[in-house]
Amino acid sequence: MYVYNENDQKIIEERVAQFRGQTERYLAGELAEDEFLPLRLQNGLYIQRLAPMLRIAVPYGLLNSKQLRKLARIARTYDKGYCHITTRQNIQFNWPQLEEVPDILAELAEVQMHAVQTSGNCIRNTTTDQFAGVAQDELEDPRPWCEIIRQWSTFHPEFAFLPRKFKIAVCGTQGDRAAIQVHDIGLQIVRNDDGEIGFKVIVGGGLGRTPVIGSVIREFLPKEHLLTYLDAILRVYNRHGNRANKYKARIKILVRAWKPDVFAHEVEAEWDYIKETPASLTNEEINRVKSFFTAPDYQPIDDDNAEKELKKLSGEHLAFSKWLQRNITAHRVPGYAAVTLSLKPTGVAPGDITDQQLDAVADLADQYSLGEVRTTHNQNLVLADVKKSELFELWQKAKTGGFATPNIGTLTDMICCPGGDFCSLANAKSIPVAEALQRKFDDMDYVYDLGDLSLNISGCMNACGHHHVGNIGVLGVDKKGEEFYQIQLGGSADSDATLGKVLGPSFGREEMPEVIEKILNVYVENRKGDELFLDTYRRIGITPFKETVYAKDH
Amino acid sequence: MPKIIKDGQVVDDSWVIINKDFSGDLPMAKVLLPMQYWLDNKDSLNLMCAGIWIDSDEDVDTIGLEANQFPLIAVNFPTFVDGRGFSIARLLKERYEFTGQLRAIGSAIRDQLFYLKRCGFDSFDLKEGIDLESAAASLNDFSVTYQTSADQPEPLFRRG
Repeated sequence: MYVYNENDQKIIEERVAQFRGQTERYLAGELAEDEFLPLRLQNGLYIQRLAPMLRIAVPYGLLNSKQLRKLARIARTYDKGYCHITTRQNIQFNWPQLEEVPDILAELAEVQMHAVQTSGNCIRNTTTDQFAGVAQDELEDPRPWCEIIRQWSTFHPEFAFLPRKFKIAVCGTQGDRAAIQVHDIGLQIVRNDDGEIGFKVIVGGGLGRTPVIGSVIREFLPKEHLLTYLDAILRVYNRHGNRANKYKARIKILVRAWKPDVFAHEVEAEWDYIKETPASLTNEEINRVKSFFTAPDYQPIDDDNAEKELKKLSGEHLAFSKWLQRNITAHRVPGYAAVTLSLKPTGVAPGDITDQQLDAVADLADQYSLGEVRTTHNQNLVLADVKKSELFELWQKAKTGGFATPNIGTLTDMICCPGGDFCSLANAKSIPVAEALQRKFDDMDYVYDLGDLSLNISGCMNACGHHHVGNIGVLGVDKKGEEFYQIQLGGSADSDATLGKVLGPSFGREEMPEVIEKILNVYVENRKGDELFLDTYRRIGITPFKETVYAKDH
Repeated sequence: MPKIIKDGQVVDDSWVIINKDFSGDLPMAKVLLPMQYWLDNKDSLNLMCAGIWIDSDEDVDTIGLEANQFPLIAVNFPTFVDGRGFSIARLLKERYEFTGQLRAIGSAIRDQLFYLKRCGFDSFDLKEGIDLESAAASLNDFSVTYQTSADQPEPLFRRG
């Protein structure tokens, strides 16, 4: 994990001082509301429905146990004892006092954390695969590149007042777990014919009210040019993006209006001016950052033995075997596994975690996973380096902590934004819908039988819940002051990224469990063998779903 | 006399900004002409006591290498969240090698001074009613920076 040096620490501390000054001026009436707004947003501070909301950056989802304990302390001291993992791998506090935010930031700075650029029209937290560095199918670890991008984007003087927010994601695998095609910039680590590592550059993807799959504007970008190329893209966008209408201000609209090849041409022309400047990366710097992400001291473990033992325990403990099936991911090192801790038990808002749980996860990380944890864009936590021989023990403790629900990747592992319960942008509540669905589908055997299935819920078209790319997407809409829910089918955030299609007219909240059940029945009746929901949908199309859901009752 | 922040100090300033819809005779003063006015009257103008100002939606490439005939170029921020001026400044300084005074005018706010300075601005005509002495402190909000910019040709990782 990256460790701050003196410079990194100084920058973050100076930010705390700067924001303390701004907050004081605002409270003293010396800084106008409309001027404070973008300043506080660039520090992750929203004014919400009930209270301010503070979004803390978790760069590319990586946390150590010390940081987790600090977050637990902040939840206890400044909030109501819990926080929320977001779909950008960040952490949100829902109840801080505005006056106390500078103190919270100062506490975060003590553990090399901050809230820089977690909101506002600037370059946001760069996200990646939660299994980065341990994934079996990885070409190269994306995290050093995320850190290089983090430093470049932090307080970039030219791009702090963009037409709209700007999100970058990096992945190092062929199968995409970072949804890079629905980001403003998606970077995929690739190897060219000469065996050199570089990036495929995708631009102009995004969800929100105009969902778009991004376009490849460069098949291979040599790695030393990463930052100058990003500078070129951002400069073209900053100069030419729409500033008159915020709904048409994302880069995707510009790329679409110009056509991707024209946009690519403009970027290349800009890049020609700046690529051979000192801003290009040096091998020394690349290696310096990479040195923080070298493989830990894995112990040689007999994988066959470990597997045998797991098999035996699975036979004795059905619940453990379910957990192994759903919550464990293969690790590139024999004898090790990555464990996903589920933050989706029934009755808890998806992604919420209490201060005690944060402390408990910190203990688990220290004991079983080299002291590190990852947040995921699916709003769960990952312990990435667990010895298979310790999985049983870990499972028992995770159960006690409340995060051993064996539902990862299933229907009840829903992505869900905070919605109308908290967010002032929302048209409808999303948490009660998630809860109603979890209660309706509480038969785990049924859920397992359905297999891999993503159900994503957003409380408005801003799409924080990624509803466009859920196999089943739910969108909260407002009709004359009443909350309704529109359903989309067939979305996917994987390497075959697809936007869902609207099923038809929307439903009231109380109808939702039944409607989702009907959709699932169509799938179960039509699937062939162990075909997944998405594959069945792609084969039979939306019509059978439509016919069943909107059939007149007789 | 109006006051501005220049090179970190609060100083008197006598430049007069000429509006885009201006017509008639220019005042006898140091004038900042709208970019389009300069383009339209290039041949007949005596530029000895004129600078120009460029708006955020105008194309800085139109000025290009001619920038250096002006002692002062101003960039307008119609609203403080319109960030195009940051790119305009860097292009003037870094691509067109403008060496004169570069001024932010319009609605830029104190809390942007650090970024503005980094992009090459050295003078700031902030809105009336701002305590310029204390605002000038924001020019130095940070002492360390990661990126290259107009004020720093090398990124942190090359500075050693």
